[in-house]
Amino acid sequence: MAQKGLLKEFTKGIVKENPVLCLVLGTCPTLAVTTSASNAIGMGVAATAVLVCSNAVISLLRKVIPDKVRIPAYITIIAGFVSVVQMLVKAFAPAINDSLGIYLPLIVVNCIILGRAEMFAGKNPVLPSILDGLGMGVGFTAALLCMGIIRELLGSGSLFGMQIMPVQILIFILPPGGFFVFGMLIMLANKLNTRAGKKVKTTPCDGCPMADNCAEKTCEKTAKEATLNAD
Amino acid sequence: MDAKLHVSSSPHFRGSNSTRRIMLDVIIALCPAAIASCVIFGWRSLMLIAICVASCVLLEYVARKIMKRDTTVGDLSAIVTGLLLALNLPVDVNPLIAVFGCVIAIIVVKQMFGGIGMNFVNPALAARIVLLVSFPSAMMHWVPALGAPEDAIIDATTAATPLAAAPGTYSYVDLLIGRCGGSIGEVCAVALIAGGVYLVIRRVISPIIPCVYLATSALMSLVVGLDPLYQLLSGGMLLGAIFMATDYTTSPVTRWGKVIYAVGCGFFTIMLRAFSNMPEGVSFSILLMNILVPLIERITVPRTLGYIKKKKGDSK
Repeated sequence: MAQKGLLKEFTKGIVKENPVLCLVLGTCPTLAVTTSASNAIGMGVAATAVLVCSNAVISLLRKVIPDKVRIPAYITIIAGFVSVVQMLVKAFAPAINDSLGIYLPLIVVNCIILGRAEMFAGKNPVLPSILDGLGMGVGFTAALLCMGIIRELLGSGSLFGMQIMPVQILIFILPPGGFFVFGMLIMLANKLNTRAGKKVKTTPCDGCPMADNCAEKTCEKTAKEATLNAD
Repeated sequence: MDAKLHVSSSPHFRGSNSTRRIMLDVIIALCPAAIASCVIFGWRSLMLIAICVASCVLLEYVARKIMKRDTTVGDLSAIVTGLLLALNLPVDVNPLIAVFGCVIAIIVVKQMFGGIGMNFVNPALAARIVLLVSFPSAMMHWVPALGAPEDAIIDATTAATPLAAAPGTYSYVDLLIGRCGGSIGEVCAVALIAGGVYLVIRRVISPIIPCVYLATSALMSLVVGLDPLYQLLSGGMLLGAIFMATDYTTSPVTRWGKVIYAVGCGFFTIMLRAFSNMPEGVSFSILLMNILVPLIERITVPRTLGYIKKKKGDSK
């Protein structure tokens, strides 16, 4: 049972609570760095590393950090890890550092990381927090990779820098194309989630402005009668 | 559903106007420009128009079917969109690019927002801008028109548009009858004006938007030191003012709203022409004002009959 619970913490971030496509967090880096697939992976991996480490540490310190100053404390911890990641990227992948530019240090204020610290790591033990961070990170990377592949393929006709298509529809690597692809992916994620989950129950009272105050739910009753009569 | 008793709210008298009739009038009004484009640029422009109209109608039909909604091909609005888009393209554009434009216009801008009457910007205009941003070289490639002046011809296949050409290259007569480079529908000013006059006489469009638009543009040209008449007759100004800016869905319904909207269109058109790095600003300015329409309508709500404005400091 415990095993199952842990697995769930990991998988929920990938589709069901995907930070980008369902929670719509971290939109700024999502739109800004997904002009190519390799950028997207770089950003995703960097953010995942920070997310996992900060979740672990915040979860360890959750009983030490006073509630009133928790946000500054979280930010300090996150900023520490971002500095580490930034130095590593600069040292070992200078090309990615150049193309990500300001968005790499801006992981500090990425709302996915702060959001997970606030919503999850600050309240849960270490292991689930790490898995939660890992799942969210994988979901973030997957969403970024999807967008990066679509935008790079259509916008510059290439994939990971290899030219494979002769046509280039420039708008896809410009901001409007980014928003368009983002919207399409959100639509897709919504579709997948509503199909997987249970259907939302609709009643005849849904459109009625008085539904909340209506004690008798007469419209529901009449609708039921109507269906009965129809039968 | 053929009930014997009709229960409906007022008004009970209805005019004979229908969407179909209005769209048919717009198509008739666009015919002179379409014919002029065929004369000026040859059979290729006829082919371009045919491709755009056919793909718009087909896409509209398919999109409505996929979304499980009623078919709205019968109201002719898809034909108008296709025709307007075609008239906004250069004649030697790749047909696949034109079809991509139709996809943007019909699927993305029109049907994704709910079909006719629901789009927040003019579909043909949005498609033109998407194409312009996506394929700048193909969309800015102008072939010489029939009888264009020698000076305007850059090499065997390209000619400068009036807005990009050196001053004095084109005379007013060249601009009026379309002896200049440009999108196939925008070059012949006489045909566009004839279409506009027809629309005003048939009361399909109110003359407020085109007139205020052109007047503001002329005034702004004077302010920034351009030749007003030349600015009005060149580029997509007339096509935009008469056919694009007056789209019912994306222009204000109130009279003062129309004025504000048209002033904005004219102002931004000339500012973009004079100070941006692009030669043409009509599409961008109309698109911008399209987006502002809900706000313009909110501030120009007419006073209700009998409603007295409250004085400041008056308590209830």
